[in-house]
Amino acid sequence: MKNGKAAFTLPGVLADVPTHYCPGCQHGVAQRLVAECLDELALSEKAICIGSIGCSVFIYNYLMVDCVEAPHGRAPAVATGVKRARPEAAVFTYQGDGDLASIGMAETMHCANRGERVTIVFVNNTVYGMTGGQMAPTTMVGQRTTTCPGGRCADSEGEPIRMTEIIASLGGTAYAARVAVDSVKNVRAAKKAVRRAFEAPLNNLGLGFVEILATCPTNWKMTPVQANKRIAEELIPYFPLGTYKDLAAREAVDEREVGR
Amino acid sequence: MSTPGERVLIKGNEAICRGAVDAGCQCFFGYPITPQNDIPEYMSKVMPNLGRVFVQAESEVAAANMLLGAAACGVRAMTSSSSPGISLKQEAISYMGGTELPAVIVNISRGGPGLGDIGPSQGDYYQAVKGGGHGDYRQLVLAPGTVQEAYDLIGKAFDLAFAYRNPVMLLGDAIIGQMMEPVTLGTSSGPTRVDQDLGWNLMGKGDRAPRLLKSLHLTDGALAGHNIRLRDKYASMERDVLFENFLVDDAELIVVAFGSIGRIAKSTIRKLRASGKKVGLHRPITLFPFPSRELDKLASGGRRFLTIEHNLGQMVDDVRLAVRKHADSDFYGHMPGNLPTPEDFEQPILAALGVNS
Ligand SMILES: Cc1ncc(C[n+]2csc(CCOP(=O)(O)OP(=O)(O)O)c2C)c(N)n1
Ligand code: SF4
Repeated sequence: MKNGKAAFTLPGVLADVPTHYCPGCQHGVAQRLVAECLDELALSEKAICIGSIGCSVFIYNYLMVDCVEAPHGRAPAVATGVKRARPEAAVFTYQGDGDLASIGMAETMHCANRGERVTIVFVNNTVYGMTGGQMAPTTMVGQRTTTCPGGRCADSEGEPIRMTEIIASLGGTAYAARVAVDSVKNVRAAKKAVRRAFEAPLNNLGLGFVEILATCPTNWKMTPVQANKRIAEELIPYFPLGTYKDLAAREAVDEREVGR
Repeated sequence: MSTPGERVLIKGNEAICRGAVDAGCQCFFGYPITPQNDIPEYMSKVMPNLGRVFVQAESEVAAANMLLGAAACGVRAMTSSSSPGISLKQEAISYMGGTELPAVIVNISRGGPGLGDIGPSQGDYYQAVKGGGHGDYRQLVLAPGTVQEAYDLIGKAFDLAFAYRNPVMLLGDAIIGQMMEPVTLGTSSGPTRVDQDLGWNLMGKGDRAPRLLKSLHLTDGALAGHNIRLRDKYASMERDVLFENFLVDDAELIVVAFGSIGRIAKSTIRKLRASGKKVGLHRPITLFPFPSRELDKLASGGRRFLTIEHNLGQMVDDVRLAVRKHADSDFYGHMPGNLPTPEDFEQPILAALGVNS
């Protein structure tokens, strides 16, 4: 409380229930950012959420919006069907890295390439969380997981996939950014990016994509503090933060140029 | 949209499209595979002009999941494919079964297993009727025997999908898909409104409580309860069983055959009747629910049965189960890869009758 005012309130769209996430898991932070944006943009009444497979599957218990559950990796295809059937809805998916970058790679890329007017919130914790910490397409080289116990080897398992760069390169993408939620400063920036990822399809510019680097302390076998440090020191140098595409900003620049 | 009563000469695949459009199909999601390519091609021309949705998906997997999304919104939506493509759609079909979503899936089936060939076959009976996807679910399966029926049954498929909140498959083959016949249009049921609140469909919550459509049931006993409810729903589909009986009343032998094979067998039976052979035809039109009760009734009259299929023998299992208290069924399987003629069925029918010609 500051000057008798609450500094921190529950977003209206967020259910007042305990979540199932492990202590220190940043799915909770990512989900809260989505909730705050839904509130600020007054979208809760027209939002349709596509739940996916992974630790985020219960998002529908926490976000008080209409929701449908998609098979593993298929959320962007389900979102396409929803948005085409209900163009007036604010449609978004919430997916992990195994879901989006592995089994759902085709659905993700084609959804973006078609420029579906939907938002994809992509939580990258470099591991398959729910199934017990197996290797994901985003697992760092050298990172030990239950299916690369000796550490991911680039030679035989490839290098971690940088999704935001790929998605930004596709014609239908209107907004693509990578953010992290390891520090107050980065959380603030993340909030802005999530908001823009929602605004881009609502403004009919194309698909909005935001990748959130997040911790999985349980499968990283780290304390939450160590896990945050890992994001700063190990993940961000490989997965650079920033806006990779922003058609709205480009349009604003164009307008300025025209006005000159 | 068609003018009711209009007579047109069209292919089965086109009849399916026109039936779907007339029945108010709002969204179509397709992917090319022979012998159903006329369907996405037709829909790509017609749907956008009507202000409706056509999407060529990146795969059958994606198309079926787009269907899932549109079905969750409560609009009439459809996808079509052929055998290998249907295998890919099974994931979403199982999810739609578990989530209780109304959707129409057309399978203009071809020969298999694997890549097989592109000719007609009934090799997908088990997959369609017994559930090619995982888990304990059923879908309604409608098998047209004529192009007119293909047109009529697609409208029926949408009605049933919404009546039961369940996936419905129209199971045709390359014969039904590719043959041309005169069809009377305009007998379909008409569209559901896109903005209709059905009490379960997703529209954005507005000022009501949020809705959730899912197939995950983790709490103790929740899945058991769900599956029991589904079982009761599947049992209630019995009231929508459809079949055709042809010259069965005085028949000594009843041929059981579905879809295009049922129609070809009918020609054989007409010919054998002309020479005094007491044969009739039972053609199941719904393969699930299966007309077991009717077959049991026919069997109790002391008749023999011959199941004819365009495969190694699949529906014959269901026929045997249906008639088991009174009779058995012989089987004749015409191999896929070539088109049977009415003459091909003569010898098998005469053999089952115990007549040597
Ligand atoms: C078709 C299919 N394959 C595999 C699974 C098992 N599965 C459940 S969650 C999951 C991993 C999800 O990982 P990720 O998307 O990274 O999300 P996280 O749990 O890390 O948040 C897998 C493989 C499944 N449910 N469906
Ligand atoms: S397993 Fe990892 S991703 Fe899943 S809830 Fe726990 S910390 Fe979060």
